Amino acid sequence: MEHKAPLVEFLGLTFNLSDMLMITITCLIVFIIAVAATRSLQLRPTGMQNFMEWVFDFVRGIINSTMDWQTGGRFLTLGVTLIMYVFVANMLGLPFSVHVNGELWWKSPTADATVTLTLAVMVVALTHYYGVKMKGASDYLRDYTRPVAWLFPLKIIEEFANTLTLGLRLFGNIYAGEILLGLLASLGTHYGVLGAVGAAIPMMVWQAFSIFVGTIQAFIFTMLTMVYMAHKVSHDH
Amino acid sequence: MLWKANLWALGEAAHGISGGTIIYQLLMFIILLALLRKFAWQPLMNIMKQREEHIANEIDQAEKRRQEAEKLLEEQRELMKQSRQEAQALIENARKLAEEQKEQIVASARAEAERVKETAKKEIEREKEQAMAALREQVASLSVLIASKVIEKELTEQDQRKLIEAYIKDVQEVGGAR
Repeated sequence: MEHKAPLVEFLGLTFNLSDMLMITITCLIVFIIAVAATRSLQLRPTGMQNFMEWVFDFVRGIINSTMDWQTGGRFLTLGVTLIMYVFVANMLGLPFSVHVNGELWWKSPTADATVTLTLAVMVVALTHYYGVKMKGASDYLRDYTRPVAWLFPLKIIEEFANTLTLGLRLFGNIYAGEILLGLLASLGTHYGVLGAVGAAIPMMVWQAFSIFVGTIQAFIFTMLTMVYMAHKVSHDH
Repeated sequence: MLWKANLWALGEAAHGISGGTIIYQLLMFIILLALLRKFAWQPLMNIMKQREEHIANEIDQAEKRRQEAEKLLEEQRELMKQSRQEAQALIENARKLAEEQKEQIVASARAEAERVKETAKKEIEREKEQAMAALREQVASLSVLIASKVIEKELTEQDQRKLIEAYIKDVQEVGGAR
């Protein structure tokens, strides 16, 4: 089941072309959905605008459940972009995958730990940035010794654990989903009629479950982003 | 073996860390965030805020209108009450005025009647005086006539006058007694 990735060396850096392709496609889809939904804005919303506003309200609910709106309001656009991006990325690998010359080209970008960990590190870096910016450096540093000083090592470990779990949770869920989809697909195509019939129903079930998992993971990723953010920018905890 | 499996689970680690992908992912996400903010989220949030304000305004206005309507109703009610009272007062006044006029008319009629009666009385008095005077004169001249006829030669003019005057007094006394 292991496929090679199309890797290219350039300026001393390794580029995974399939990741780059899928990232670009994800960005394009999100951008098209967002722009299509906000092309003709009206005070009385219709169709796509309703959907987009529902997403906004949903993310607003997430933020409100972790911090007060005074501090959390500025993260609304970040949250909406994250949830849309992760959701679309998760969905992309579900309908099919494309292999060219033994190299995997079409998949979910979030089925790659590099991508998810990049997102996770970005999010955690943002929480530190906003922590310093909104509370001041001294208050931010003193947070590492709260509630008691001897928790300091645990707090440091927590930061790394947060980053790793945030990225790897998303990666693991999506990657496992795609592995099983690939297995079912090869079962359906390599073992004749019996295999095709036997694989069809589990395939459908697993795809439905993957849609569910992809949605949940997008929600969890955004939720945890806001939780970590609240942890860093809130004064009361 | 275990080490290798772990690497495989991490997927990427098997090929080594691809720094280019990391940079690309970061860049793309930041660009996407910036573009969406500018072209989609900002307008959308603006319109949502606008709607919020619109609704708040409408509610405020509705509340204001309701209060105004209530105030107007109260005013109208007050006006109604006032006009009713005014009408009542007008009727009362008119009635009072009519009463007064009636009194006046009756009083003036009574005064007029009194005056007429008074004039008539005076007239009668005057007539009576005149008649008395005339009578007195006649009586005087008659008595003078009679007296002169009776005692034509014995009386001087002076005695005659004295006599007449005594008569007149008598007549006056008789008239006054009446």
